[in-house]
Amino acid sequence: MSSAETTAKTPQSGENEQLSAIAQISRQPSFRLSTALLIAAAAVLAVSTFFPYWKMRLNAPQYPNGLFVTVYVNYMEGDVAEIDGLNHYIGMAPLNDAAEIERAIAPIAMVVIGLMIIGVAFIHSKWLAVFAIPAMTFPFIFIGDLWVWLWYYGNNLDPTAALSGAIKPFTPAVLGTGVVGQFSTTAVLQPGWYLALVAAILAGLGLHYRRVARQAAEKLATDGR
Amino acid sequence: MKRSVLYGIIAALVLVVIVLAALVLSPGEGGGQTAAPAQQTSAGVAEDAAQVIANRGLTPENVTAALKTYMPSGQYDPYMMFASGGHSGQVHVVGLPSMRLLRTIAVFTPEPWQGYGFGDVAQAAMFDEGKVAGSSVTWGDTHHPALSETAGSYDGEWLFINDKAQSRIAVIDLRDFETKQIIKNPIAMNDHGGAFVTPNTEWVIEGGQYAAPPVGSFAGIDEYNEKWRGMITFWKFDREKGRIIPEESFAMELPPYWQDLCDSGKLVSEGWIFCNSFNTERATGGLGAVEGAVPFESGASQNDMDYLHVIDLKKLEQVAAANTNELNGMNYVTMETAIAENLLFFIPEPKSPHGIDIAPNGDYMVVSGKLDPHVTIFAFDKIQQAIADQKWTPDDYGIPVLDFDSVLEAQVELGLGPLHTQFDNQGYAYTSLYLDSMVARWSLGGGDYAHADEGWTLIDKESIHYNVGHIAAAEGDTVTPAGDFLVSLNKWSVDRFANVGPLLPQNFQLIDIGNEGASLQLLYDMPVGFGEPHYAQIMKTERLKAVQVYPEVGWDPHKWEVNPDAPKSGEERVERDGNNVTVYMTAIRSHFSPEHVNIKEGDNVTWHITNLERAVDAVHGFAVPAYNVNLSIEPGETATFEFVADKDGVFSYYCTEFCSALHLEMHGYLMIEPDESSAMK
Repeated sequence: MSSAETTAKTPQSGENEQLSAIAQISRQPSFRLSTALLIAAAAVLAVSTFFPYWKMRLNAPQYPNGLFVTVYVNYMEGDVAEIDGLNHYIGMAPLNDAAEIERAIAPIAMVVIGLMIIGVAFIHSKWLAVFAIPAMTFPFIFIGDLWVWLWYYGNNLDPTAALSGAIKPFTPAVLGTGVVGQFSTTAVLQPGWYLALVAAILAGLGLHYRRVARQAAEKLATDGR
Repeated sequence: MKRSVLYGIIAALVLVVIVLAALVLSPGEGGGQTAAPAQQTSAGVAEDAAQVIANRGLTPENVTAALKTYMPSGQYDPYMMFASGGHSGQVHVVGLPSMRLLRTIAVFTPEPWQGYGFGDVAQAAMFDEGKVAGSSVTWGDTHHPALSETAGSYDGEWLFINDKAQSRIAVIDLRDFETKQIIKNPIAMNDHGGAFVTPNTEWVIEGGQYAAPPVGSFAGIDEYNEKWRGMITFWKFDREKGRIIPEESFAMELPPYWQDLCDSGKLVSEGWIFCNSFNTERATGGLGAVEGAVPFESGASQNDMDYLHVIDLKKLEQVAAANTNELNGMNYVTMETAIAENLLFFIPEPKSPHGIDIAPNGDYMVVSGKLDPHVTIFAFDKIQQAIADQKWTPDDYGIPVLDFDSVLEAQVELGLGPLHTQFDNQGYAYTSLYLDSMVARWSLGGGDYAHADEGWTLIDKESIHYNVGHIAAAEGDTVTPAGDFLVSLNKWSVDRFANVGPLLPQNFQLIDIGNEGASLQLLYDMPVGFGEPHYAQIMKTERLKAVQVYPEVGWDPHKWEVNPDAPKSGEERVERDGNNVTVYMTAIRSHFSPEHVNIKEGDNVTWHITNLERAVDAVHGFAVPAYNVNLSIEPGETATFEFVADKDGVFSYYCTEFCSALHLEMHGYLMIEPDESSAMK
């Protein structure tokens, strides 16, 4: 650290001024921290895809152990067939018909988002900061998309279904509890989503320290002149 | 700058903690559903209970009995009893100590709730295998259930039961509590000493009952001694296939005594089989038919002693494997061979015995002659010694009869009509006393058992109501008896229950045998208005490995694999090939697909139907009127039925099991168009 500071204080010759500005940025300790944070953000985001993001539990008297649907970024698991079987009575579409595009592109999208952060980490451009936006907003995009689908499912019930008259259009609770017929639902975020949130924060911190490093380097350059 | 780096590291650490907390705190499968019921104060309960006790006039013993047997909703009985149903042809499964009937298993008798015998082709094939003299017989007389054993203890996998009337054995699969095989003994007309298994279930033993000329031959009763015969059959059980293999089974020719119950030797006596007999007088009866004839009941009770049959099964297996003698396709080991090979012996036993029961250590053989007030105990080592010393005299057929005194260990006087014996984990034996209507507890001797009482001593007797036949103690005929409970299987109930007309229920009485040092306590009366049970076995519930739903959709319970013809979701259709129509149907709450089936009079119809459900208890029935079809299709199961569409018209097929709120809507129409050409003819 001290050697870096010493180097930074060494005046540079004019022809290498541009290059040395970058070199000075990359010699800042906060730059290394920001690189580490951005890489960590990509890694945590990658890890999050192996964990569930969201889970809903349905409770009814005749299901003493409850029914579950667990959602990952690219698939869902649990009592999907049983829930579909019940949903057909109220005219709700099968769960696996939801977010088909999102789930299909999710693996590629996650890789792209990760690469974009890595890009921020290794390509020295102020404007590349926008590449971190997808990672920083991903957990909220996920919830937003989930809410849209839940709204769409609950508000587009098949009018010919057996219980279409008894169940009014509704939006299942994306978080917390809700009630549909004899079912109460509890929806909670899962470790994968929290990991994505951590990745978003790491990316944000990475950007912050990148800015700190740049300002420090610029200050040094100004002082050096 | 350094400070901001520090902040960054702290922030990262905080995030790690958040992630870990999220991982740990995220709700599991049972999340939030473990709310404990509100505890009432014991003072409140006592007050309420005291009021109930006073209002109902209950004694302290009544209250104890109630507390020992009451099973709160959702709690499981620790024991399951498998009771024969007698001539109901079924098996009944009862939970202990609550004495709740959990299940009836249809075996030899069609039973519509289980869809048993009403169209299913696999069941029809099974009934065909159990045909008697070429005819379908749709009832049976089940007597003695035998749970499969591993190393002499129940293993919870299979259950065998005999049909006394037709000499048949059925195999019940305890993965789904359904009958999987019915096999007819090709040379015996009836049986009684079945079913019993060897300690590792290699053999299922079927003892005969009334002597007769072997099936396939006829001889008059004047040739009783020469041509009529008794028999014990050894059925080979293939555990992998879950089936009896007739080709590897054999029967043993015996004198025309009336063989009765059997038991397998265990531990020290493993490899030996013991079966008792009566009517060694060879009375031929004839009351009301032959001038001066005495009835069987007295003719068969003249001698003081009948013969306990002792069979060296290890030797018999080898002899049978090399044997070439056959009768009706059945490997048949003759008496001559058995005598020559020195593998069959008799021991005199007090007359008209019913039980032959081997003590848990395999060291003692307990016999009770119904007309003798004692239980008689033989020692296995003494039997072996007497055989080695050839201390015998031959009977009329040349079979060695061992010297009674040389093999006798003890006789214990219990009371009148001793019939059947079970054991507990303390070294006590329990014997039913038919005439006294009591159950006796007595101590085994020999020093190897846990109890502190003097051996071979009557300890206690408890009255039962009334006329006890068999008794069943928890795992009480295995090498690991459990103690705890005993059920007295009473033939008469007389005054125990409110009158339901002249056909009274039997009475299962639960007795607590777990009170160490204390007397036996009668706990509960269970009316049995659905059969006439003979014997029962009681197994720890935890030994069972039954499925809740079939492993995969399209399951064939008989083959225990997916049926390749099983219609799956989206594959529903009706195929026609000339006059042959195949229906591929699925069932799921609350519809069948297809809901219309249009065929023509005269079509040969094969109909596959799959229950697509994976939810526990989501069973669908399927009934077709006029064609005598009613199926029970459990979750995942594919059932198949066939019929010739010889009745035209419109038929409503529907789900017979109340499956859902829209159960009544779960139906469809089978439309059989009249064949105009045949009407013209």
